[in-house]
Amino acid sequence: MSFQYPALIIIIPVLAAVFCSALMWGNRRLVYPLCVLALTVTALSTFVLLAEVIQFGPVDYRMAGWPPPWGIQMRIDLLNGLVLCIVSVIALVNLIASFRSVEQELAEKTDTFYILYLLFVTGLLGVVITGDLFNLYVLLEVTSLAAYAQIAMGDPDRSPVASLNYVFLGVIGASFYLLGVGYLYIKTGSLNMMDIASILPSLYSSLAVFTAFVFCMVGVWAKMALFPLHVWLPNAYAYAPTASNRIMAPLMTKVMVYVMIRLMFSVFGMDYVFEELALSEHIVLLASIAILAGAVLALAQKDLKKMLTYIIVSEIGYLVGGAWLGNSAALTGTVLHVLNDALMTFCLFLAVGNMSYKLKNLHFDNLQGLFSRMPLTMAGFVLAGVSIVGIPPTCGFFSKWFLLSGALEAGNYVFLLALVFSSLINAVLFFRIFEICFFEPMHSGEDHAHEHSRSVLSEAPASMLLPLLLVAAGLLAVGLYSGMIVDHVVAPFVSGVVA
Amino acid sequence: MEQIISIKPLFAVLASLLVIPVLISSSEKPNIREGWTILAGIIKFSLVVSMLPAVLQGQQLVYTLFTFVPGVAIKFRVDSLGMLFALVASFLWIVTSIYSAGYMRGLKEHAQTRFFSFFALALSATIGVAFSANLLTLYMFYEILSLSTYPLVAHHQDEEARKSGRKYLIYILGTSIGLVLPSMIVCYNLAGTLEFGSQGILAGQASPTVLGILLFMFVFGFAKAAIMPLHAWLPAAMVAPTPVSALLHAVAVVKVGVFSIIRVLTGIFGIELLSALNLGHVIGYIAAITILVGSLIAISQNELKRLLAFSTISQLSYIILGVALLTPKGQLGGIIHIVMHAFGKITLFFCAGAIMVTTGKKYISQMHGLGRQMPVTFLAFFIGSLSVIGLPPTGGFYSKWYLVLGSLQAEQLPLLLVLLASSFLNAVYFLPVVFKGFFAPVYSQGVKPGYSEAPSMCLYPLAITALISVGLFFYPDLFRDLIQLSMG
Repeated sequence: MSFQYPALIIIIPVLAAVFCSALMWGNRRLVYPLCVLALTVTALSTFVLLAEVIQFGPVDYRMAGWPPPWGIQMRIDLLNGLVLCIVSVIALVNLIASFRSVEQELAEKTDTFYILYLLFVTGLLGVVITGDLFNLYVLLEVTSLAAYAQIAMGDPDRSPVASLNYVFLGVIGASFYLLGVGYLYIKTGSLNMMDIASILPSLYSSLAVFTAFVFCMVGVWAKMALFPLHVWLPNAYAYAPTASNRIMAPLMTKVMVYVMIRLMFSVFGMDYVFEELALSEHIVLLASIAILAGAVLALAQKDLKKMLTYIIVSEIGYLVGGAWLGNSAALTGTVLHVLNDALMTFCLFLAVGNMSYKLKNLHFDNLQGLFSRMPLTMAGFVLAGVSIVGIPPTCGFFSKWFLLSGALEAGNYVFLLALVFSSLINAVLFFRIFEICFFEPMHSGEDHAHEHSRSVLSEAPASMLLPLLLVAAGLLAVGLYSGMIVDHVVAPFVSGVVA
Repeated sequence: MEQIISIKPLFAVLASLLVIPVLISSSEKPNIREGWTILAGIIKFSLVVSMLPAVLQGQQLVYTLFTFVPGVAIKFRVDSLGMLFALVASFLWIVTSIYSAGYMRGLKEHAQTRFFSFFALALSATIGVAFSANLLTLYMFYEILSLSTYPLVAHHQDEEARKSGRKYLIYILGTSIGLVLPSMIVCYNLAGTLEFGSQGILAGQASPTVLGILLFMFVFGFAKAAIMPLHAWLPAAMVAPTPVSALLHAVAVVKVGVFSIIRVLTGIFGIELLSALNLGHVIGYIAAITILVGSLIAISQNELKRLLAFSTISQLSYIILGVALLTPKGQLGGIIHIVMHAFGKITLFFCAGAIMVTTGKKYISQMHGLGRQMPVTFLAFFIGSLSVIGLPPTGGFYSKWYLVLGSLQAEQLPLLLVLLASSFLNAVYFLPVVFKGFFAPVYSQGVKPGYSEAPSMCLYPLAITALISVGLFFYPDLFRDLIQLSMG
């Protein structure tokens, strides 16, 4: 057994979490360095793994050597290889970027937080790497439990209720998924994804399989906050501790989109989802509504964090719609957008975290003069915002390009218009913030700009600023090299699953 | 057409981008900062000029930076049309930098480092548009230009600046995202490429209806060209400091809009397709309406910069009209008007700014008798006016002459009448300003009896551009050759 990276990716953070718990009775100062070390190794492993997949094709890993369908199998192809890299890199960068904010917000509970953080990351990585449907459920619940607990550590007045809401909907979603997996197990006698995929074609007409599919999808949609199942998301993310919302906002929903794509294209298969069911037009319509609803709800917000959470709801619509259009351009756009949206959202929340480190309250009125006070943080924020709007050369443009092409190819003009319209609303949303931040507070009775009180420079600490700038530069780099990413990672995967 | 791979166009774009960190780091030392700006301008201009001989020999310089999908890349291509625009924009940036230094210091404006930094960014984007090889690259630089101009428009950071900045973004970004972006993707799905071709890329790819809709989406989507009814951002943007109005809102930004439309008309649709579909004349008549209405509104303006803004709106449509005539002479007249109008209009704005710095006046009614105090400025204003009206001995005559010939060639009598009527209207709103400046009795306070001109850093640039306007009447050869090369 020479190639152990797949197992390492899960085992390292889990063991680190256990060691950290033990350190609670020992040298507490070692907890943070241990976390950083663990996630660094994990991140490096994911890249090695992705390189392996790009070079030699999908990797099969059997836990303890047990063959599938009995043993637990990990299967890494280009899709989850990519998502693994996204998860591990964002987890690591956020861990570094959030050191100061964890200190500030969770003074007494930092060690507990880091343990939860590691468990959360383990769960996400596990969900992505596993080739087993039940295993996926277990790891999903590890992720969710760690998330509920982290959210409840946030704003003392509001986060407990927000977390409880999330628990309710999260548990309902997970139950639906589990029921769906149960039906599949009854019909196929297997939990292994590849195994099920090979058995299912003979069962396409079965009503139980249809029920399984619908239950799995509804469960996944509740977890990814597809409108109108999104109600838990805005409060949960807005009131969570900074360090948590910075990792959940970009990753949680995107990982669930990954699960959806995996179920649709690798487990049930295109033939079933698009030929047998013929649901795709309705789902794309639902996704278009989600895009617009998220955008309009974002317009109604007066608090920056809340606004961003509704933008996530809108972006989920992009991803669901793209996956359900069912052609290769749209799926390419969706997979690319998983990467891009994770980075953009991460960048936005990094910037917002820096702001709340200095400002406490991110109501729009508090943001005046922010360009003078925090120029570098704002630079990162502007890049991320521009990327969400979809202006080249930032990465958001390129995935939107594929999504629009896909909509055009499918002749789905509702989705096309929803995309264009939401880009316009996003432009309004972000430029409204830029405008507020560009202008200094205006005192009534003054008619000339030159006498405004100038804001004083007050940037976030370097440990928060450098990660932000790095990720912002990443938005440009990923945008400029998106041709390469598509050629080497996305297109081979897409051509493998789309006939 | 022979193509040479050369990295020079990239450097020409980057020259003004890379100077920005230097500008920020020397923000405490204004002389050094402005020195760097001017140096960057000179380097940029030299880079552009260094590519001129190859272009004049009929070669094109290409450089692919990133390939996105086949046919869509971030790619530069220097052809004669792009060269013409880049020459004008990069040269005028040097002049404007000198002028800006004088103007911003004269008025003790705040945030001067921000001003010079975003100005440099805007110029990078402008040259980027000029050297774009395909629609995607052009769109990218177009959007960067929109974003970099916002802090310049909203420079004063007061309530008026906020309103104007907002209007600016709504018009420019709204149209580019709502109209250009979708039509670009439709275009790619039809043709499989976005490279500008010498005969266009859309011929035979879609039904006339689809092509017609696409064309209108493009023409109105590039709202920087200020075709009515999408012109209202331009007068609002006059709230910016005058150097911004002068270089960006008389040359760089607005002509990027016009240039983009020309690229779409010639490189995406192609002249033959447009004449086959009879779409050229439709665009021509839309432009004609803007020409007339713009001129008529300009007459009633009292604020000098607003008058110049409406005049610009009208003049931009001359360029589009010329190209939309689809005749060689019309094209020549239209495209060379980019150059002639640039030098004429920037002179006029420089004069307006010089008057502002020296006397603080911005309304025409306050400028009676001012010409006796500021003879050089008013003389330059007179020359600029002549060029915009289209009278000899200024360059403007040359472009108007060819526009008239072009409309005769296209047998479009109504358009010919519009051109003549508008030139008359131009005279009606420009010449009284000059006449009253020199000959009317002073009845406004603050006009000193003696000679008192603007600071020399404001005065020399406007004298230079005025002289070049005259010079272009005698030596338009370089630009004419470039345009004739582009027409093959």
